[in-house]
Amino acid sequence: MSPTNGRGLRTLSIATIAAIPIALALVFFYAPIEAEEGFLQKIFYLHVPLAIVTLCGFVLGGLMAIMHLRTRDRRWDLRSYVAIHMSLIFGVGTLITGSIWARGSWGHWWVWSEPTLVSFLIIMLLYATYQPLRFAIEDPERQARYASVFAIVAGAFVPMNFLAVRLSSSYLHPRVLGSSSNLPPKMAFTFLVSLAAMALLFATLCSYELTAKRTRMLLKARSRILGFQ
Amino acid sequence: MSAHIPAPSRSLAASPPEASPPAAVAGRSAPVRASRKPPGMWATVAALLRKELLVELRTLESVPGMSLFAVTTFVVFHFALNQNTVSGDEAAGILWVTLLFAAMLGVNRLFVADQDQGGFDAFLLAPVDRSAMLLAKALALLAYLAVLELIAVPAFGLLLLAPPLGQTLPDLLVVLVLADMGIAAIGTLVAALAVQTRARDLLGPLLALPLLVPVVIGAARASSPLLVLAHPAGVGGVPIRWLATLALYDLVFGLIAYAVFDFLLED
Repeated sequence: MSPTNGRGLRTLSIATIAAIPIALALVFFYAPIEAEEGFLQKIFYLHVPLAIVTLCGFVLGGLMAIMHLRTRDRRWDLRSYVAIHMSLIFGVGTLITGSIWARGSWGHWWVWSEPTLVSFLIIMLLYATYQPLRFAIEDPERQARYASVFAIVAGAFVPMNFLAVRLSSSYLHPRVLGSSSNLPPKMAFTFLVSLAAMALLFATLCSYELTAKRTRMLLKARSRILGFQ
Repeated sequence: MSAHIPAPSRSLAASPPEASPPAAVAGRSAPVRASRKPPGMWATVAALLRKELLVELRTLESVPGMSLFAVTTFVVFHFALNQNTVSGDEAAGILWVTLLFAAMLGVNRLFVADQDQGGFDAFLLAPVDRSAMLLAKALALLAYLAVLELIAVPAFGLLLLAPPLGQTLPDLLVVLVLADMGIAAIGTLVAALAVQTRARDLLGPLLALPLLVPVVIGAARASSPLLVLAHPAGVGGVPIRWLATLALYDLVFGLIAYAVFDFLLED
């Protein structure tokens, strides 16, 4: 049908299918057991990449929304929607793994003194209104425009919120982003591979969703041309 | 001649004939437009702000409701917490939760008249900068919040607050102004987003509350040392970093609202 539709999907899928077992193998057989937390620390290689990919997805959704408003190309809106939708799913995963980690290392499912966790929850609560807002607007053109405005504001809110929440509480969590150089080289390497695998998974799932949505639209357009309704 | 030129522009501005308050003001500014030069940004903002305040003065739709809500909420807090007086963190929390929720009432109503009575259409027909609408609405919301706080803060001092309000009032005023500016910027933007949706009363607060969490953090942390029982020095008790956070928030989201607001007004 359309050769551009789903281009690169196979390459991405194969890369992801290869990267995830490699990352898991590194996590379980290569990275050393952490001295204080023991085996539980392995969740770090899942939780932190999930969180980073989620936040990048949200910010990316905002950048794509800027592109949509600048170019008025509806494909950018679709990309922004897919990025935010997928980030929401990854974000739920982040909250669950974060909660498990908190329970394991601090004994509580939820820790208010942990700024990263709290900021993440606020961001998730904000983005949870993306779809209700979007689908409460009937006109498709206005829907795309308003969703883009939301995505831009929320994308800018992500760093602002982290700043405010982090100022408000003491540090408790291992500061991963700032201190990955403090990780032993084996752990740092494993972490980077896990992060790459997670980013690949995100990209693959996004491009699957995009392809599915485009194909459905194409199908609708064709069947309208052919007179099926 | 002067009787004949404004006539077409008046009928243009008043195209939805039942749109009384916005059309009346658009009609008033018609002579300005008839002089072939569109009114400047500030003239437009002033005209729109005047319209907003006039409509509010005549209908009394938002501000009395917001103020009454705030005072009632203090009473509810008294019974819910089973305490006669509060101070410190608790007092700051009660004050800011109440002010925020009262502000939500105003945010929800901010664009409803324009949406229902054709004010948007009348505004879009006028050859003026669209950002004027954002500025005028944000200033109107700021004025509503100021009146709300003029009533709610003394009521809070009277009903719930243990330490006397007097000596900390100048510091508290700074916090209130900084927080109000953030609430006004985000509130106006969110109100414009939500008013076009089917569930506008629900979506407004749902969107605004997470976005305003940094304001609540900053405002509550900045005002809690002002509301403790044994206030040490009287003046200068505001942690400067919270004021800086609030100011940064105001700046960032003021600029973002300014940048994206135009896209909400095209049709």
